[in-house]
Amino acid sequence: MSLPLESVAALRAQLRAGEIRPRDIVAAIRERVEAHNPALNAYVHTDWDAACAEADRADIALPLGGIPVAIKDVIAVRGQPCTCGSGILQGHRSIYDATVIRKLRGAGAIPAGRVNMDEFAMGSSNENSYYGPCRNPWDTSRAPGGSSGGSAAAVAGGLAVVALGSDTGGSIRQPASFCGCVGLKPTYGRVSRFGLVAFASSLDQIGPLAHNVEDAALILGAISGHDPSDCTSVDRPVPDFAASLEGGVKGLKFGVPKEYFIPGMDPAVERAVRGAIDHLAREGAEIIDISLPHTEYAIASYYIIAPAEASSNLARFDGVRYGHRAKDPADVIDCYARTRREGFGSEVKRRILLGTYVLSSGYYDAYYLRAQKVRTLIRRDFDRAFASCDAILTPTAPSPAFRLGEKLDDPISMYLGDVFTIAVNMAGTCGISVPCGFADEGGGRLPIGLQIIGRPFGESTILRAAHHYERTTPWHRERPPI
Amino acid sequence: MKTDYEPVIGLEVHCQVRTRSKMFCGCRTGFGESPNALTCPVCLGHPGVLPVPNREAIVRTIQTGLLLGCQIDEYCKFDRKNYFYPDMPKNYQISQYDMPLCRGGGVTLDRFSFPKDAQDSPEASARKRVHLTRIHLEEDVAKSTHFDTTSGIDFNRAGTPLMEIVTEADIASPEEAFAFLTALRLILVQAGVSDADMEKGQLRCDCNVSVRPRGQKAFGTKCEIKNMNSISGVRRALAYEIARQIEVVSAGGRITQETRRWDDDIGQTSTMRSKEEAHDYRYFPDPDLMPIRTTDGLLEEARARLIELPGARADRYTRDLGVTEYDASVLASDPHLARFFEAAASGASNPKGIANFLLNDLLSALASSEKALSECPVQPADLRELVGLIDAGRINSKQAKEVFREMFETGAAPAAIVRAKGLEQVSDTGAIEALARQVIGAHPGPVQDVRDGKASALNFLTGQVMKLSKGKANPKLASEIIARMIKGDPLVR
Repeated sequence: MSLPLESVAALRAQLRAGEIRPRDIVAAIRERVEAHNPALNAYVHTDWDAACAEADRADIALPLGGIPVAIKDVIAVRGQPCTCGSGILQGHRSIYDATVIRKLRGAGAIPAGRVNMDEFAMGSSNENSYYGPCRNPWDTSRAPGGSSGGSAAAVAGGLAVVALGSDTGGSIRQPASFCGCVGLKPTYGRVSRFGLVAFASSLDQIGPLAHNVEDAALILGAISGHDPSDCTSVDRPVPDFAASLEGGVKGLKFGVPKEYFIPGMDPAVERAVRGAIDHLAREGAEIIDISLPHTEYAIASYYIIAPAEASSNLARFDGVRYGHRAKDPADVIDCYARTRREGFGSEVKRRILLGTYVLSSGYYDAYYLRAQKVRTLIRRDFDRAFASCDAILTPTAPSPAFRLGEKLDDPISMYLGDVFTIAVNMAGTCGISVPCGFADEGGGRLPIGLQIIGRPFGESTILRAAHHYERTTPWHRERPPI
Repeated sequence: MKTDYEPVIGLEVHCQVRTRSKMFCGCRTGFGESPNALTCPVCLGHPGVLPVPNREAIVRTIQTGLLLGCQIDEYCKFDRKNYFYPDMPKNYQISQYDMPLCRGGGVTLDRFSFPKDAQDSPEASARKRVHLTRIHLEEDVAKSTHFDTTSGIDFNRAGTPLMEIVTEADIASPEEAFAFLTALRLILVQAGVSDADMEKGQLRCDCNVSVRPRGQKAFGTKCEIKNMNSISGVRRALAYEIARQIEVVSAGGRITQETRRWDDDIGQTSTMRSKEEAHDYRYFPDPDLMPIRTTDGLLEEARARLIELPGARADRYTRDLGVTEYDASVLASDPHLARFFEAAASGASNPKGIANFLLNDLLSALASSEKALSECPVQPADLRELVGLIDAGRINSKQAKEVFREMFETGAAPAAIVRAKGLEQVSDTGAIEALARQVIGAHPGPVQDVRDGKASALNFLTGQVMKLSKGKANPKLASEIIARMIKGDPLVR
């Protein structure tokens, strides 16, 4: 039996009609994973028996009743491995549920399988993984993007109905763009971070990756809301995102920032995004030119703030209480040094070093403090822009998926790939990436993403715009060759 | 000429804040539980957990600040202090760096806070104020135990709220340090912000100490003595360390800036680590926690809980109630005792007498029956009544002791006991006159002695009247009557 794995609504209809049971969905996914995961390396851990058992207990009357959700390997699910794509957490299983997992279960969903990622969410290609790179279902010689590469590849490849990812500088939106699916980074504070292993605490947010905007809205609705366990989560009402999808784009005003169409960006990307902007104008939206002048400092300040926080967040991985521990240490210092040397990959080490340096006595003011000031300027850019428009349209990434290995030895070029997404995290607001076309590359086709950036807590508006764009364009119906 | 050196001392006091749960998680705080029984993913620093600040700990720290005259800023924040140590679950400690909850303030040293052998020194009566730099709130670390080839870590204490109270370099002697810690501890305990039990490690102290030639403004090189856990130990360690430093500099040597540990058994400090090994803590604001706005109800709540400081209370007892300075300091040092005393003294004409009876008879009765004040069978109002009976001359002090014994055993009211036992003093002039006449008639020699002005003879005759009355006669009245009868009537034989 072939199930409509690309739509929560369709699966829900079949479930409610009694045509299928939740365990049938788990079985269908399992079949896809067993067939294609060897090529994609999207999942790093599965326990289908446990998923089936949970499926059998699922209450299909609930909003996500019986729907399996692939979980990025950075979110804690009690009893399951949580390794953050790292060697240092090999053997570790979570002893508690993340708040988003508790909420998903409360909505009837089943956390099913853990998906690949860049180690501790540091990377844009999923190549920095202890488990080896995840591959792009459109072209397995290419990166799925990162850090939530496994989430995007699993969804786009039909190995998951929906997935959770996390986004610190573009880690949901960029892989969604590379793999041709929908990815949403919520406003900072919209979704609880409790149970999300921290990379950069002031930037991290959990969000959904899905085949379509409606599914993303459903998942977002389920995981949002104030959490007493996370004091950075915000206590404000959660709108019914799925109910506010209709309404179209007529009367909406979109800003197009000139700083987001840069020399050197892939012409196919520019063409596709300009096309999307024209399309929205034809659908009745008003398009205005805006400026986000401090965007050019976003990457530099991000690469001070994020590593600084990471250097402290990752200090707890020392071999004392959980995860990898070096064999026969001479003393505690030797235990720390070898555990961390053996356990962390090179990108993680690079960022720990960077972060340790910028927080050092005598350098704090020049680096960390100054970067925080730049961050304030970036946020003001957005505040000013949103005074004259409802949402902002940009490319999600300057290029389609690049080849595995292409940027591995050039971290700066890898970092620059996040130029369009990072400012959104720095400003703490929300953004969504939706498929908006394809680039022809060497006989194949590679998806391109349109980023719609919203006001803080303006997810309803960008979901509505994305939904209308999706409904009136063919891109999301395209399937990868696998 | 030999140079005279003076020590300069500053203290950092770590004090566990009394709360039901830990600083950043819901785990119970406790002592003596089996290792790691009081832990959860948060205080074990598991991947993905987040801290949630304990509001009660913040209020109690602000309360402490208000009691000690500190300034409470509108905005405060938590920072991360980064260093690797197995006792630290996250390898950073959530603490406060540049925006602590309390700044400034101080503790006034009263005479009875000084060690007994120093209470008569001039510095003990100087009522010096030791100034504070700041008080900040942080989380405690775990406790390591070292075995032959391995170590064990007990995380029960990890995450317990800890106030760090930092003084200025204001303290001029080991005795002042002793007095500061004693007075501070008393305030913390009385305010209920900490149990400050040093044996349980709830109050720990680091001492910074240097010496300089008397009169010199600049500080000498300091040493830090870490982790002292008894007040008398602090005094001993400082005395040793000051002597050591003076010996070094007098001999033309230099003090090396370092951290030292105190061994109370051998009575010496020794090097722990030198300054070169000092950490760079890489403080930065904890991104998991929002800034604290003290005006959002926290200050108000802390203000509502303010108590009278023991020093101020003792002053009030002396000034307003006429209690002796010593009695006042004893009463004020124990909140339960102070509460009992105030209840008993309320509306009383002789608070001093009540204090006296309370501190002598009542406390010794409690001690010998091994009862706490809260279990005292004698109510404050009954104590007031008893002292009132003495003052009114209705019973004498010997009878009062008998009445008190009965009160303590049965809990009965003093007037009822006096009636039931027929103890009331005879103050009936006629009855005493009859007895006096009898005694005067029986003892002509002493009567003549009284006429000759011998006071002891009058006491003898009074004693005889008391004897005849079986102790019930009012002795003062009896004495007056005898004297009047002998002197006023020369015919009396």
